[in-house]
Amino acid sequence: MNVIILGCGRVGSSLARLMYKDGHSVTIIDLQSEAFRRLSAKFKGTRLVGNGIDEDVLRRAGIESCDVFIAVTQGDNRNIMASQIAREVFKVPKVMTRINDPIRADAYRKLGITTLCGTTILSGLIRDYINTSEWGLKKDYSKEYIELNV
Amino acid sequence: MYIVIVGAGNIGYYLAKTLRPTDHEVLLLEKDRLRHRVVAEELGEMVMQGDGCEVRVMEEAGVNRADVIVAVTGSDDDNLVICQMAKFKFQVPHAIARVNDPRNESLFHRLGIDSTVSSTKIIYNLIEQEIETSEVIPIAALKRGHIEIVEVEISAKTPVLHRNIKEVNLPQDALIISLIRNNNALLPTAETTFEVGDDVIALVSAEVEHELRDVFAEIH
Repeated sequence: MNVIILGCGRVGSSLARLMYKDGHSVTIIDLQSEAFRRLSAKFKGTRLVGNGIDEDVLRRAGIESCDVFIAVTQGDNRNIMASQIAREVFKVPKVMTRINDPIRADAYRKLGITTLCGTTILSGLIRDYINTSEWGLKKDYSKEYIELNV
Repeated sequence: MYIVIVGAGNIGYYLAKTLRPTDHEVLLLEKDRLRHRVVAEELGEMVMQGDGCEVRVMEEAGVNRADVIVAVTGSDDDNLVICQMAKFKFQVPHAIARVNDPRNESLFHRLGIDSTVSSTKIIYNLIEQEIETSEVIPIAALKRGHIEIVEVEISAKTPVLHRNIKEVNLPQDALIISLIRNNNALLPTAETTFEVGDDVIALVSAEVEHELRDVFAEIH
């Protein structure tokens, strides 16, 4: 699949490496080229410096033939705007957005955008673990991430 | 009317200052504490510190009873989300967003923002108007500016002088609705000719306005 990831922070870079390892064609966008240091030399996907809310940048990233678009920058609003461009302008079939503000996340989820809210996911997991001593994740994602760095 | 302005940069600040002497109730929201202090010193109670994207802050600001929300921060993504949240969460009837990158204007309309303002675009249009020889004066914008009513003054140098409407090759999305001659409004027919001093009133889609301008352009 053609995957575009917006934001090369910890989440974006990890996701990019995982998706690349899975054999997908990955393009990762960030405002600053230094951010790409988080990717290892093993990552052979495309690195693109640019503003993710600029349609021209998205076009250069190949959004017109993209299957999945994931916005995971630090800025909620940047993610929201970028994913709406992906959805409304470029009709990308699968769009996911990280929104850390739970209220904003809920509002845009109601609009039909797939939102990932780190705040609610983490706090929910922690609460469950304290109450039931059971770790809520079906799979230990962290293990695979550590393996990636070996 | 209750007007909530988000972003106390130069635009927000002067807008609030301009609206202050009117009958409208105005609230100016600013995220940055330092900037808030500076602006509040002059405008007082009217300014509130807080992030205009946060629903809690919006509630505190009484956005639920606002008639208009105006988002004029320096970031287009923030302006978009402020307006969308105000509309979705608080059903504010009218949302106005400042668009820093003029290319975002159509996107914002598509995403539910009622009005957009781009100072870049306005200045660009002014420059364009200065350069053009023939005066096409916008009178009104319909459908959020997609269709315009414009006025063209017929000068002695225009190529359409003494020709009738039938002979003139108008752009497809342009329609001459009236001709004002000696203060009389004429309903034009295909045989109506353009004479010096006529004011042509035309309905034109914004995309082909420049083509209309070319039709009436003066010969040098």
